Amino acid sequence: MTSAAAFYRRIDDALANTRVRQALASTMTRLADRRTDALASLPDSDALRDQARRIRAHTIAHLDRYLETFATNAEARGCRIHWAPTAADATRIVVEIAREAGITLAVKSKSMVTEEIELNAALEAAGVRVVETDLGEFVVQVGEDRPSHIIAPIVHRRREDVARLFQEKLGARPEEVADVAAITAFARRTLRRDFLQAGMGISGVNMAVADSGSVCLVTNEGNGRLTTTLPRVHVAVMGLERVVPTAADLGVLLQLLARSATGQALSVYTNVISGPRRPAGSGSPNAGEPDGPDAIHVVIVDNGRTKMLDGPLAEMLYCIRCGACLNVCPVYRHIGGHAYGGVYPGPMGAVVSPGQMGLDAWSELPQASSLCGACRDVCPVRIDLPRLLLTLRAQAAERELTPWWLRLGMPLYAAVATRPALYQWLGSMAARVAHGVARGGWVRRLPGPLAGWTASRDFPAPARRSFLQSYEERRGRTERPS
Amino acid sequence: MQLFVTCLVDRFYPGVGDAVVSVLERLGLDVIVPSDQTCCGQPAFNGGFVRDAAAMAKQTIDVLTARPDPVIVPSGSCADMIVNHYPELFQDDEQYGPRARDLAARTFEFSQFLVDVLGVTPPACPDGPRLAYHASCHGLRGLGLRDQPRRVLHAVAGDRACDLPDAEVCCGFGGLFAVKMPAISGAMLDAKLDAIAQSGANAVVATDVSCLMHIGGGLHRRGSPVRVLHIAEVVAGDRRD
Repeated sequence: MTSAAAFYRRIDDALANTRVRQALASTMTRLADRRTDALASLPDSDALRDQARRIRAHTIAHLDRYLETFATNAEARGCRIHWAPTAADATRIVVEIAREAGITLAVKSKSMVTEEIELNAALEAAGVRVVETDLGEFVVQVGEDRPSHIIAPIVHRRREDVARLFQEKLGARPEEVADVAAITAFARRTLRRDFLQAGMGISGVNMAVADSGSVCLVTNEGNGRLTTTLPRVHVAVMGLERVVPTAADLGVLLQLLARSATGQALSVYTNVISGPRRPAGSGSPNAGEPDGPDAIHVVIVDNGRTKMLDGPLAEMLYCIRCGACLNVCPVYRHIGGHAYGGVYPGPMGAVVSPGQMGLDAWSELPQASSLCGACRDVCPVRIDLPRLLLTLRAQAAERELTPWWLRLGMPLYAAVATRPALYQWLGSMAARVAHGVARGGWVRRLPGPLAGWTASRDFPAPARRSFLQSYEERRGRTERPS
Repeated sequence: MQLFVTCLVDRFYPGVGDAVVSVLERLGLDVIVPSDQTCCGQPAFNGGFVRDAAAMAKQTIDVLTARPDPVIVPSGSCADMIVNHYPELFQDDEQYGPRARDLAARTFEFSQFLVDVLGVTPPACPDGPRLAYHASCHGLRGLGLRDQPRRVLHAVAGDRACDLPDAEVCCGFGGLFAVKMPAISGAMLDAKLDAIAQSGANAVVATDVSCLMHIGGGLHRRGSPVRVLHIAEVVAGDRRD
């Protein structure tokens, strides 16, 4: 099956699931409303967003420099830096780290980049058991599912689904999954054992700070803090765009990240991790730091990101992964995250997937938008997502990845529309034909590729005489001497 | 002033063109309708067919820059195309770039022209259908027309204006999107139609006939008695019922 056909099938499946659609719509509305309120609580959120955009634009324009600075400073603090050009490189690096350290169990906090490189599968294949510790991701893992939202991975699951899953897969007793608090407590008990036994903790990176060599991780459940402090080895996997110049810049972005994502002023836990533990007198900037893991590895992943860096999609690298564009997107609200096929759904995913992985397999995603612009309105760093979707559509048209009838029809339409007399004449002919098949001024079934319109709405028959025709006739009459 | 009537009004809703002319003439304005106008090129532009879009944009620029008068467009979406996308399309074009920017600076959506340029509010008309206002996306977010259409409507309709839940959520038209992605577009339309039913309105009003064609087609398919009206028809006092 072609990728397009598979995409349309996923859309149909998603739309048929009214239960999930209702849950999704109400959760998205709640998140979007909270975001609105949270931004309103700032003295001048527009100015802050402008500032955040400037920071991201400046960083991405000088990305090589800031990545080098970050790497140098993080290494000085005792971190090991690894560069991974591809997903395969990234997983190989993490597998090697695990092998060298003799790891058999790894705990993991929520990270989309590790979903992107399919790290869990690679580690499991190498004999390392991986346990997701974010509650949502834990449910995803237990259910052999995939996250459907970059912030709320199980927004497609209801409480009852999770209760049943825990009973079936983890042997939970009914009273252990009676309500959300019980389910959470059950997951905590299960996960606590793994936290204490794991030799490796794997996290993502929300932002890396170049001038201090720190990585920042925000979570709401505290699992991120356990993941990055309890096990003896911490592996932080970051997309290479996730760097900011200074801690002050981080402060600007943090003010917007949680507000845009969930409407919180800050997430419950904000961890700034600056190197592993080091004994006093060790000569490291961390000397005398008694806490943290013995080793921290930062794996900086490209995986197609630099392909976007020099082209018209560079703006997409400003993204701080808040998910606000998903929450307001009417398309996402109806079809949910799984329909998009990739790791990143919604408007940002419709740019990131083809941007990183290439248009050939992902040319349908940028078409799945009405270009309503709701995403652009809420983006904390003001990414012009509709413009990026249009850029991808132009690339798709250029490379003939668009349907044949458009490739044929559009130049024809342009040729006619640039010949006004022909345009009016053909319009009248089309109106005549339409009135032949219309009933009461409406067409119930359009032919060929246009049948999509009449799948769910009637089509009005065009007027027999256009506005311009009748207007000119009338004016002609009034101008004629009587 | 000049009227760029748009391809959809010209061929599907000529009465909207009449309404715009009638409102502007009642305000004492001299309306010119350039006869060689066709389509602004937005369908091609949104489909990624940049060359075809540029050809239609040039045709439109030629037609509308023959005279220096302001251009009124009864569509936020087509006005957005001219105002925001023409200058972008001809950014590096020495011939059409300056003309595109000149045209962009004097092109206005209908309600925007009434409120922001003329500073007029139309007279009240207490009788008529209960109206629900749907905010068309490109006018709202591309041109920033949040208040202008509402002010016009409230001036005319007063208490006849009803609240439409999620009035600023897209109806799912999106041009060719409605044809290329009919399932998603249809789902978005269903949500809009449900909101309209909830509002208790007898007619849906918008600044764009593109949305109205979509919503109207959905209402007709459902057998709903609710009508669609362009904002110019409301101001002109037309009912179309």
